[in-house]
Amino acid sequence: MAQKLLLKHANVPNIKSYEVYRQHGGYESVEKALNTLTPDEVTEEVKKSGLRGRGGAGFPAGMKWSFLAKPEGVPRYLVVNADESEPGTFKDRYLMEFLPHVLLEGIVSSCYAMGANACYIYIRGEYAWIPTILEKAIEEARAAGFVGKNILGRGFDLEIYVQRGAGAYICGEETALLESLEGKRGNPRIKPPFPAVKGLWGCPTVVNNVETIAAVGPILNMGGEEYAKIGVGRSTGTKLISACGNINKPGVYEISMTESVEEFIYSEEFCGGIKNGKKLKACIPGGSSVPILPANLLLKTAKGETRYMNYESLSDGGFATGSMLGSGGFIVLDEDQCIVKNTYTLARFYRHESCGQCSPCREGTGWMEKILKRIDEGNGKMEDIDLLWDIQRKIEGNTICPLGDAAAWPVAAASRHFRDEFEWHINNPECLTRNFGLAHYANALEIETV
Amino acid sequence: MAEQTTNFKVTIDNITIEVAPGTSILEAARMIGGDITPPAMCFYTPLEGSGGKCRTCLVEVSKGSEKDPRPMPKLVASCRTGVMDGMEVKNITSEKVPDARAGVVEMLLANHPLDCPICDQAGECHLQDLGYEHGKEGTRYEFKRRTFERLDLGPYIQLHMNRCILCYRCVFAANQLSDKREHGVLDRGDHAQISTFIQNNLDNDMIGNVIDVCPVGALTDKTFRFKNRVWFTNPIDAHRNCDNPKCCGEVTLWNRGEDVLRVTARKNKWGEVMNTKDGKPGWICNTCRFDKKSMKDWTIEGPMKVSRHSVINQGHYQNAVKPHETISIVLDGRQPKLLMNIHDISGVNKK
Repeated sequence: MAQKLLLKHANVPNIKSYEVYRQHGGYESVEKALNTLTPDEVTEEVKKSGLRGRGGAGFPAGMKWSFLAKPEGVPRYLVVNADESEPGTFKDRYLMEFLPHVLLEGIVSSCYAMGANACYIYIRGEYAWIPTILEKAIEEARAAGFVGKNILGRGFDLEIYVQRGAGAYICGEETALLESLEGKRGNPRIKPPFPAVKGLWGCPTVVNNVETIAAVGPILNMGGEEYAKIGVGRSTGTKLISACGNINKPGVYEISMTESVEEFIYSEEFCGGIKNGKKLKACIPGGSSVPILPANLLLKTAKGETRYMNYESLSDGGFATGSMLGSGGFIVLDEDQCIVKNTYTLARFYRHESCGQCSPCREGTGWMEKILKRIDEGNGKMEDIDLLWDIQRKIEGNTICPLGDAAAWPVAAASRHFRDEFEWHINNPECLTRNFGLAHYANALEIETV
Repeated sequence: MAEQTTNFKVTIDNITIEVAPGTSILEAARMIGGDITPPAMCFYTPLEGSGGKCRTCLVEVSKGSEKDPRPMPKLVASCRTGVMDGMEVKNITSEKVPDARAGVVEMLLANHPLDCPICDQAGECHLQDLGYEHGKEGTRYEFKRRTFERLDLGPYIQLHMNRCILCYRCVFAANQLSDKREHGVLDRGDHAQISTFIQNNLDNDMIGNVIDVCPVGALTDKTFRFKNRVWFTNPIDAHRNCDNPKCCGEVTLWNRGEDVLRVTARKNKWGEVMNTKDGKPGWICNTCRFDKKSMKDWTIEGPMKVSRHSVINQGHYQNAVKPHETISIVLDGRQPKLLMNIHDISGVNKK
């Protein structure tokens, strides 16, 4: 049984309300932090916990906090990135919709650690109903004295604002988010300067994912060292995984990063196996932008070791034979799914969401989409596969923000691992009517495991 | 002497130069000059905040600084990356840069209409130069190019969005030279377009400068459109006493005989509007640009110095100076390996 920290009380009726949450030990971490710890000690606890950013990149949160510039007389801000736009990821939505106080509890302690008196929750426009939930929770917390002036009589003031975005994937990139928050066009800024030095309105700012901030509560409750004991290696703590695709039980699961991928997909505790008794063909383990892996490489690394659901194990083998944990959007594809169509869908998404600021991403995403559309419609040419490879290579790493990389990786991985299927599509234009790809990737697994 | 010691030493393609802290790699490379200068399509020194977008100026930083000698993991945009003491930069000596840059050029040209034969910018177009110097001979893009309607931005300027490379220079220029914010970018991705707020006319008296900052033929001067090719004109430096306080009054007239066909601000060899001799920004007003089309309006200073780089220099060899050759220094004295050495390959001159 996986240890649950964030979703511990998810099944308690009416946990959304402050009273019920408080009865179940809510806001204890805030009391502990404000009454017994100094801000630096809170940061130190988070550092000790080894908590890594849950938004995708996996950068250590405590380290990010300690980079925050602290000039005199300049306000500092915490911005919570709730612009969860990665296809396949819906963990933050679950957290904010059903357990809003978990997030608020984390925010109060985090702001105390950073010395920030204002926090902005930037929430994506499509989550239209969630700002109301959060604002209600903030009002409840204010009534209880956890938000507002002089919290717990310790002289610490905090205001939490909820800001709705207009629904752009690019605004999940931290500097584009800040631009959007300032009321400008959501174009990523050129770094350096980093937000920790010059962020929101030119002031030092920390931008963290919802889940990262929410994890601060449990960390302070149990102590950083205790938290670090959960998980393996540098993947500490628990992680929310939003599983979807052709599985029996799609949903948000909290894992302690010690489960193997096989266990995660097939055990009844988690995904409950592949739907309709089909076979596993491929999986995108961390949200649409991370490389897709065929079944044989997903369950076992290239060295033949079992692959686990954590940062290191999933990225074992680099991009040649590995992937990333990313934001935890676990998308499972069964044997009937067509990789070309899947890749085309992703490329279409990235083309639509590219901000159009820097040229490789602006032109390259459109180009890749057109080529994939051509292959998908049965008009592809053999050279197209190499061309796709070359285009993604020229986008990756040459853009201002990681959207270029995010657009390049799925195409790269699909053409690397599923080249047969691309070739088969090009040679058999009738696949249009069948609309699914080669099943032998799923069979390959059987041959290997037998 | 105290200032001397605080200077940063930066090595670009094996050539070391000392520059003041805060200088960007691109600016340092421009101080050295010659072939090692990265091309820049979107960076524009007089415009605050410009740069970083086109990615043509990518360079490899093989040594971060004296303190932190680690190389930078990715290629960096030299226009927006400041130099550090002891930094080592590779531009034309890098293995990765030419390839990445050729990729960027291909991307920039992917949706470009390539209508140079009828484009007013041809001959002074930065994209032409870029494609010629850093691009490949063909494109692999086989799809319909995106197209837009031509747009009139006021009585003097026409926008050909098809040619635009979205460098954002005109957006910065319009924002920084006029008081209203009405010129910007609509949409996103490859369907992003420069436009004015609900097709407003741009009636600001400095707005003509957006034509000068445009690196391609997207923003054209309606008083000059299709009048002439730039290389048939005679550029002449001239000035007048303009009563607009923002206008510097120092311009270049592009003449054909006695007819003033076009008036532009004066540009330096990087295609950027120059400051005047007394240090004023070189922007000019609409009156000077569009209305004063007669020689008697102007005090003539003499022919403009045209760089060897430009096709406009045909017939103008005033004070031509051969640029400082850097290739042999970069390659430690070796001669460059040409893609195709016509003297070796062609049989024409051989017996």
